[in-house]
Amino acid sequence: MKTIIYIIQKEFKQIFRNKGMLPIIFVLPLLQLVILSNAATFEVKNIKFGYVDMDHTTTSRALIEKFNASTYFNVLTDFSSERLASSAMLKGEVDVLLEIPNYFERDLYKEKYNRLGVTINAIDGAAAGVENVYVTQIIQRFNSNLKVDLLKPSDKQVQPTRIETIPLFWYNQTLNYKTFMVPGILVLLVTMITLFLSGMNIVREKEIGTLEQINVTPIKKSQFIIGKLFPFWVIGMGLLTIGLIIAKLIFNVPMLGSLPLMYFYTSIYILVVLGIGLFISNFTDTQQQAMFIAWFFTVIFILMSGLFTPIESMPKWAQILTEFNPIKYFVEVMRMVMLKGSGFMDILPQLLKTLLYAIIMNGLAVWSYKKTT
Amino acid sequence: MSDNKVIQVEGLTKMFGDFTAVNAITFEVEKGEIFGFLGANGAGKTTAMKMLIGISNPTSGKAKVAGFDVFTEAENIKRNIGYMSQKFALYDDLTVKENITFFGGIYGLSRKKIKEKSDALIKELGLDEIANQLVGSLPLGWKQKISFSVSLLHDPKIVFLDEPTGGVDPITRRQFWELIYKAAHLGTTVFVTTHYMDEAEYCDRVSIMVNGKIEALGTPKKLKEQFNAANMNDVFLKLARG
Repeated sequence: MKTIIYIIQKEFKQIFRNKGMLPIIFVLPLLQLVILSNAATFEVKNIKFGYVDMDHTTTSRALIEKFNASTYFNVLTDFSSERLASSAMLKGEVDVLLEIPNYFERDLYKEKYNRLGVTINAIDGAAAGVENVYVTQIIQRFNSNLKVDLLKPSDKQVQPTRIETIPLFWYNQTLNYKTFMVPGILVLLVTMITLFLSGMNIVREKEIGTLEQINVTPIKKSQFIIGKLFPFWVIGMGLLTIGLIIAKLIFNVPMLGSLPLMYFYTSIYILVVLGIGLFISNFTDTQQQAMFIAWFFTVIFILMSGLFTPIESMPKWAQILTEFNPIKYFVEVMRMVMLKGSGFMDILPQLLKTLLYAIIMNGLAVWSYKKTT
Repeated sequence: MSDNKVIQVEGLTKMFGDFTAVNAITFEVEKGEIFGFLGANGAGKTTAMKMLIGISNPTSGKAKVAGFDVFTEAENIKRNIGYMSQKFALYDDLTVKENITFFGGIYGLSRKKIKEKSDALIKELGLDEIANQLVGSLPLGWKQKISFSVSLLHDPKIVFLDEPTGGVDPITRRQFWELIYKAAHLGTTVFVTTHYMDEAEYCDRVSIMVNGKIEALGTPKKLKEQFNAANMNDVFLKLARG
């Protein structure tokens, strides 16, 4: 036990003496939290909207006015011809084009039926889908208002009954994207920093030769490893704390669940990450190698964590792979506890899997750390 | 086993794949001796030493260090030896005092003992002014002396020095050897590798390794007679050239 304290003391001294590292550990992640949470959004807003109005009637202008009033479509461009509109689309000046044909109003009133042309730039398929929904909604609303006007007294009896759905958005009533992203990005930061620091740290001692010096002392493997990893565990918990404060103060993300539960889960989760870091450092000889391998795993873990893309929409085999992704569990738990107020029993499956993961990774790490080669 | 033999090596071999780095070496070192372990670069000195200090598993042979078997009792060996590598593995970003405290700590010395040792060491080496400086800012000669003293903190029976005086001036080397003599005088066995043949003359006995084998072993005087050479340098050249 005393031996461990000497190692911990030494590690903290080295960490806080490294003036280049300190800002990387504490300032950069928080900057990232602030920037990424604001920037990494899938909300489709400020859609570049253009139209070609061949009709020039009250009805066509009323329809365009609907788009003008929408908060999603804010840039409105009037094109005199279809050709000009297409070339604007090619240059990226507009993303959504509405074409109102000749005699739109006349035909609508005469035949009670008409067609509109909508062209959407679908290079980003997901955004195009959302844009399509917005356009359809506006036109439908316009349509249902029209219907009332168009009905003749004789049609009264055939007035259609409509089914309307009123969605209730639970846990994030305002559909605030930041509420969704902040807990996830916080997970990222805690993971990346602790993984890189722990992975890099022991390899560094290998590089400068001090690890050999440690290996000729009678120190026990477990003492060395605990002493080495504990400081990074503390740093990880520290990052979580600062991140949560920022989430509350800057983003006003709700904290519905129990804070101690979150810390309890995180304390186990960080053990997983540290185990992976140590495991990597046992199989690499230079910090560069360790860095590359750590990056490789973080990128996969992040993209398959459900942080940016829902796991449910991944192919089956990818979904099975995500079972081995610790970040996935942390993201789930964070969102559950912070936004839904889930309790201990709700997160128990994730907690147990994380615990198992921690035991396996640290077991492997201790096993693969060899004092004698 | 006689109590006087602190290192007993018999047919110790280390293979890396097909390459035999250390080829069945056999020798003994007595308590309190300064044993010079010579050889050209790549002759297998460092590999042999790493087996003796328990950080490299031998392929075959027998070896006992401080009475413990290198195959089965490596951790017991580590309790009884000190080691100073070519890299002077102190932490550059810790001060002299902090390095002493850290290594004392992981050898399990008590706080009081560490304080005593570190005060004595600082006084002996005249480190008062630099005790609180980062090791990284010190000249190489100082690092070597401190590194050596740190390897003796836990009063080991044997201290292994791997090319301890590489890259420093003759005066500093001289001072370093005075430290070695002092340690040997107090009963510590010194096992030292070196490239400097004048240093070989300071040893009680030397062995010379060529291509993984020990080709000569004896007191410097005996070796000079045996190879009909004026000094150790000539002995070494005759052997190493084959």
